[in-house]
Amino acid sequence: MHIYLPIAQVSVNIFFLLGLGAAVGVISGLFGVGGGFLMTPLLIFAGIAPDVAVSTQAPQLVASSFSGFLAHLKRQAVDIRMGTVLLAGGIVGSEIGVAIFSWLRSLGQVEFAVTLLYVVFLGVVGVLMAIESVAALRSAQNGAATTAWRPRRRWMHQLPLKMRFKASQLYISVIPPITIGMTIGILGAIMGVGGGFIMLPAMIYILGMRSKVVVGTSLYQIMIVMAYTTWRHSVENQTVDAALAVVLLLGGVIGAQIGASLGARLRGEQLRFLLAALVLSVGLVLALDLMIEPSELFSIDARGAF
Amino acid sequence: MRAAVGIAAIAALVIGVATAWATSGPLDEEPVVAAAQKEVAITATFAGDELFVYGAVSRSRRLQKSDGPLDVVIVVEGPAAPIIVRKKKWIAGLWINAAAFFIAEAPSYYAVASTRPLLDILDKDGYRRVSLDGAVIMAGTPFSAEEPLEFRQAAIRLRRRAGFYVTKPSGVALAKSTLYQARFSLPANIIEGAYAVTVYLVRNKRIVGEQDFVIPVRRKGLEQFLYRAAMERPTLYGLGTLATALIAGYLASEIFRRLRRG
Repeated sequence: MHIYLPIAQVSVNIFFLLGLGAAVGVISGLFGVGGGFLMTPLLIFAGIAPDVAVSTQAPQLVASSFSGFLAHLKRQAVDIRMGTVLLAGGIVGSEIGVAIFSWLRSLGQVEFAVTLLYVVFLGVVGVLMAIESVAALRSAQNGAATTAWRPRRRWMHQLPLKMRFKASQLYISVIPPITIGMTIGILGAIMGVGGGFIMLPAMIYILGMRSKVVVGTSLYQIMIVMAYTTWRHSVENQTVDAALAVVLLLGGVIGAQIGASLGARLRGEQLRFLLAALVLSVGLVLALDLMIEPSELFSIDARGAF
Repeated sequence: MRAAVGIAAIAALVIGVATAWATSGPLDEEPVVAAAQKEVAITATFAGDELFVYGAVSRSRRLQKSDGPLDVVIVVEGPAAPIIVRKKKWIAGLWINAAAFFIAEAPSYYAVASTRPLLDILDKDGYRRVSLDGAVIMAGTPFSAEEPLEFRQAAIRLRRRAGFYVTKPSGVALAKSTLYQARFSLPANIIEGAYAVTVYLVRNKRIVGEQDFVIPVRRKGLEQFLYRAAMERPTLYGLGTLATALIAGYLASEIFRRLRRG
């Protein structure tokens, strides 16, 4: 059975989309990530226009982070204050990102820019995760206690505009979290990712937040920033496909629950190593896509021409 | 079924007229056109459609041997729109869209079916008028880019591959020089608008008669609603999308959780 997507203007098999949503959902449930970094390239490979693929991620991420956020809120594992500072930066970032995205569309460079950003980020994050998880696996084998890497953050304590974050047990300047939020807001609007894979390490290693509140706070900020991004993409670019978002989401929700129960049976270090391998292979495929001569050099852009 | 009834009706009409035909005088011919559907609706489950065009030739007198063979050409043309054709180039080791060419008007859909290959049955003027090559040249290509021809050919090639540009050199079936029919497939991602169907009669390399009519292609129901909302009320559409996504996501996860606990 096919479904005609009103904004993407293509007809796609509905079971293919549900399956895609479920597959990415399993991965996101397994690793506790949003899965946008997989979904966007997969949709582009499936023939959805890159601009639609990217912006349709936004409502999807809102919905998928919503239930996780509620769960963390119940356990009081959300630092609302820190989240709000992060998302203030995130909304500014989203605004900048949507503007850059419109500009890239007018140049016809959305696909290239998105792919290149993916290659760079997936490459860097994948390598870092692989190194970290291999080290963790080794030390677990040796039975030695892992000494967590604690950066010296003296420079950060000299910044003005300090604020107390009770839930995170921090008293720091708001400049670093606003900058981090803004960076992730820009990436979210251009790449169609929630940014959890950058946000989580940034919260722990740069801000020094307690790991207990990190996931809930990240979900809170992703949810609000992506809601804002949905609205901005709808108004500025008219590229959000509601039908596509809902179908992917239905598959994704079910997949995520399966993934979460699978994840409970695997060890953390093993999971992180698998995720690193996955991130690196997606990055590699995209890199090859940029480097190998395409069989068709030409493309028709019927949207940008208006 | 509807088509068959239509053909029977037209055949009866033609036979009726035929009895009153004279056998001499100049030959005037004109196609009578019909289609199996009045419109094409793009609905939520739209996966392309088939357009069945049929009809008959009405003429002023009985055919004679010296009249020569009759050929029929049928053109279906979708609304024209501007496009940008982009070309990737190898820059610093990467393949990047590096050149672009603006085509002010190119038909979004162009299918031409005929009883025989167009070049065999038409002179230059006629060929230019009905052929795909003619259609895209007529679309007013501004010759300003570095290699305009290459871009134009690429546009035609890409649209051919996607099923938007179709040539069927033996796509028209003509029976007894009077009844004709052709089928056109419309791909799933055709755009909305008025699709013009024109039937040409060709004799001695020249177009001797033509008739056209329009089949509207429209979004219907949910498709129409979502598209209009996204284009005309983007803020409301964005909020609606969010609300729908939130509710759908929440309901799905609750239902699934309960099922598993079951």
